[in-house]
Amino acid sequence: MAERYSSFAPGGTAWLLQRVTAAFLVVVLAYHFFLLHFVNHAWEITFGGTAARMENIGYFVTMILFLITATFHGVNGVYNALINQGLSGTPRKIVLGVLTIASLALIAQGIWVALVWRGMM
Amino acid sequence: MSQSYNRGLIEDFGRWKEFSAGMWAWIFHKFTGWMLIGYLFTHIAVLSTAIAGEQAYTNTLQGLEALFVVRLLEVGLLAVAVFHILNGIRLLMVDLGIGLEAQDKTFYASLIITGAITVASVPTFMTEVGF
Repeated sequence: MAERYSSFAPGGTAWLLQRVTAAFLVVVLAYHFFLLHFVNHAWEITFGGTAARMENIGYFVTMILFLITATFHGVNGVYNALINQGLSGTPRKIVLGVLTIASLALIAQGIWVALVWRGMM
Repeated sequence: MSQSYNRGLIEDFGRWKEFSAGMWAWIFHKFTGWMLIGYLFTHIAVLSTAIAGEQAYTNTLQGLEALFVVRLLEVGLLAVAVFHILNGIRLLMVDLGIGLEAQDKTFYASLIITGAITVASVPTFMTEVGF
């Protein structure tokens, strides 16, 4: 067996979730970029246009899942990159706490905006 | 039996001249990842203008899109996202045990495809914007 060189401990929950979210994000990030820059154009975006897309429940749910998976994948990536740089002990626990709070705040804010577009708030 | 390699710490960036293709892929993946998560927080902040009202949202987005520098940054964002997606697929394949022996070639392919898609997207991103 070749020596394993990975950012994550293989077999752990974080390792698996990072890859499961990656597989989802590969598709949805490409779709998001294509829809909002090549099918629709960013300079033509209006509240009405965004609200119309969000009226579709499938699109709305996909965007919420996109927000949650992207936040987890990104923040977990940052956390593991910092561990690779030598973060350990109490600073590691503090960073984990700050990143967790920032993630939850970002997800809550994103869901709030999505509900505004759907006219639910 | 595969051979075991010890290339030393990749975190020691001062050794960059000794880095192999796979190590550059690792560094580019981290760099583009930092860009993307940073952008996600900014993106949600900008979109949150919708909470202030329909007009505030539309004016903010169209105001930003009228700036040349924003269009330029969007091209950069596309490049960063495309590379992260392509190299991400490469990493998922390697994790599944597919293509490990060609991992340097797939890294170069990721760079070339990213460059091609980025260049091809420039006319779309630069439509209806002036200096």
